[in-house]
Amino acid sequence: MDNMLDIRNLTIHYEVESGTVHAVEGLNLTLGRGESLGFVGETGAGKTTTALGIMRLIPNPPGKIKSGEIIFDGENLLDKSEAEMRKIRGEKIAMIFQDPMTSLNPVMTVDKQIAEMISLHKKVTKSEALKLAGDMLELVGIRRERMHDYPHQFSGGMKQRVVIAIALACDPELLIADEPTTALDVTIQAQVLELMKELKQKFSASMILITHDLGIVAEICDKVAIMYAGRVVEYADKRSLYSHPIHPYTRGLFRSVPDIDEDVDELPVIPGLMPDPVNLPSGCAFHPRCSMATEECAKVRPEMQEAEPGHFAACPFCVKKFMNGEAL
Amino acid sequence: MLKYILRRIIMLIPVLLGVAFCVFTLLYFTPGDPARMVLGDLATDEAIKEFRDKEGLNDPFLVQFGNYIWKAVAHGDIGRSYSSKRPVMQEILTAFPYTLKLSAFAMIIAIIIGIPCGIISAIKQYSWFDTITMIFAMIGLSMPVFWLGLLLILFFAVRLRWLPSSGFSTFKAMILPSVALAAQSISMVTRMTRSSMLEVIRADYIRTARAKGQKESIVIGVHALRNALIPVVTLCGLQFGQLLSGAILTESIFAVPGVGRLMVNAIMSRDYPMVQGGVLFIAVTFSIVNLLVDLLYAYIDPRIKAELK
Ligand SMILES: Nc1ncnc2c1ncn2[C@@H]1O[C@H](COP(=O)(O)OP(=O)(O)OP(=O)(O)O)[C@@H](O)[C@H]1O
Ligand code: SF4
Ligand SMILES: [Mg+2]
Repeated sequence: MDNMLDIRNLTIHYEVESGTVHAVEGLNLTLGRGESLGFVGETGAGKTTTALGIMRLIPNPPGKIKSGEIIFDGENLLDKSEAEMRKIRGEKIAMIFQDPMTSLNPVMTVDKQIAEMISLHKKVTKSEALKLAGDMLELVGIRRERMHDYPHQFSGGMKQRVVIAIALACDPELLIADEPTTALDVTIQAQVLELMKELKQKFSASMILITHDLGIVAEICDKVAIMYAGRVVEYADKRSLYSHPIHPYTRGLFRSVPDIDEDVDELPVIPGLMPDPVNLPSGCAFHPRCSMATEECAKVRPEMQEAEPGHFAACPFCVKKFMNGEAL
Repeated sequence: MLKYILRRIIMLIPVLLGVAFCVFTLLYFTPGDPARMVLGDLATDEAIKEFRDKEGLNDPFLVQFGNYIWKAVAHGDIGRSYSSKRPVMQEILTAFPYTLKLSAFAMIIAIIIGIPCGIISAIKQYSWFDTITMIFAMIGLSMPVFWLGLLLILFFAVRLRWLPSSGFSTFKAMILPSVALAAQSISMVTRMTRSSMLEVIRADYIRTARAKGQKESIVIGVHALRNALIPVVTLCGLQFGQLLSGAILTESIFAVPGVGRLMVNAIMSRDYPMVQGGVLFIAVTFSIVNLLVDLLYAYIDPRIKAELK
């Protein structure tokens, strides 16, 4: 399988008053055609920033892509002109944003907002675009009669459906969904996820699903990337990651997921806080919180190493232990 | 919608009655005998008594007020000016077109200059353009209109002799007063457009529009602007209402025969019916402009429109 997306050494900084926020710092990530990748990390890890980087939509100022490559379909997106990027956005790569409540223009009817996307990338007349917009609405489970309504007339779940309709309107190759369900309540979450799963199949798009929720990843994704302080620290297919996580941070994440079978009073959480992105710790950014940290960890930044085919982790000690068959 | 408009108009009635009552009371208790004001110091006591009887000045307070309101509603008669002896309504209606023209020009200038400047300032925040615009807006806001008016006259009328300093009959003569009157509104519209635009261009739906691959000009000109203008429309409406009722200084400086100057003269000569009528008239215009603004507001913001249904 060829890689549709190959991010190499991506570094994105925000310049703020207190200094430079190292939102993404030397991030590597690959995604094969037709795959879906779960992109997991604590708040502030840099997930949204990575996604906006792929779209080349980092707000500037304060943000700037400092270095790296984003190879999409064999071409580096960072070399593209703004006009070339406009052709890619929406048509090749579409994005669903974090908060459906604020993602739609409040003074524009939803059919117009969907039709805008269609008109931009397909050679159709205005009325055809509006008709296609109605089709898209039906596809995401909203009755066509509602197409002339304004966003405020919809519930949160319906708004997210509209946002999904916009994103899929031009049949993108890659869909980036940034926590598409966190802002919704639980029952609606399940419905929206089901819809996304279904549509992903139907449109045979690749997908990056950003989330905090390892349960959602287990349900939808093929691959998982764990992000910590601007870098990917573990990357594997879902099965191997869930059966034997390697990186201490990933293992900590799994320990903090509540297990219904076990009766515990308190969840073991990872001690300590996310590092301050303005002053990232030297060496392995996780070392202040890592129970296995050695002096070496504070000095050298660990690179990703392959522990078993397709399973990478950025912790040389754990990878070695794993390969020697020792318990982690 | 129609029901809403009707309700708003009905709601105007107590407001206007209240205004009328306040003005009437205030002037009723102001020292000085209107009869003497009209007839002059040399009038005989008989003449004064006769005038007071004829004008109903000896009636109890509430009766006088009731008569006043009744005549206003039934005949559109809000009294007769003591000094010119002509009906107040007629005086106001002669003066009003000047005020309306002056205010409209000032408002158009404010919109034409303020909105584009505000937009550019916002999308180029902290640029030299933004800095200079904000400095000018600050000056425009803090400069008293009489001072600016005099400066304009000194420079353009006295020194350069490009434009006349008074009269309001030709287009050329309207330029200086309109600019002087517009200065504060330009500043306010610019600042409001800028801050509203700054807020909107950070909004998520603007990012959504960009993520569709939309051109920056349309992202700003359509998606952002339409949302950013909502508070600006309110401001413009309120400003216009204020210009209509408060161009007193500008009208005096540039000798524009509008409502403002009429009022100043009326106050100076204790022309009670004129003052009363003028204040009432201003209250009515202000209320109508406000109503129009609210309707416009509902028109551009579907969320408000929905609430009105
Ligand atoms: N516009 C911005 N200006 C300055 N700093 C920013 C900006 N956007 C993000 N950051 C910073 O960059 C870091 C990464 O933010 P990002 O939004 O990518 O995190 P995230 O992983 O998406 O978190 P969440 O799960 O809360 O959405 C954070 O420290 C954040 O404070
Ligand atoms: S490199 Fe060191 S600090 Fe980082 S995760 Fe591994 S053991 Fe812990
Ligand atoms: Mg985020």
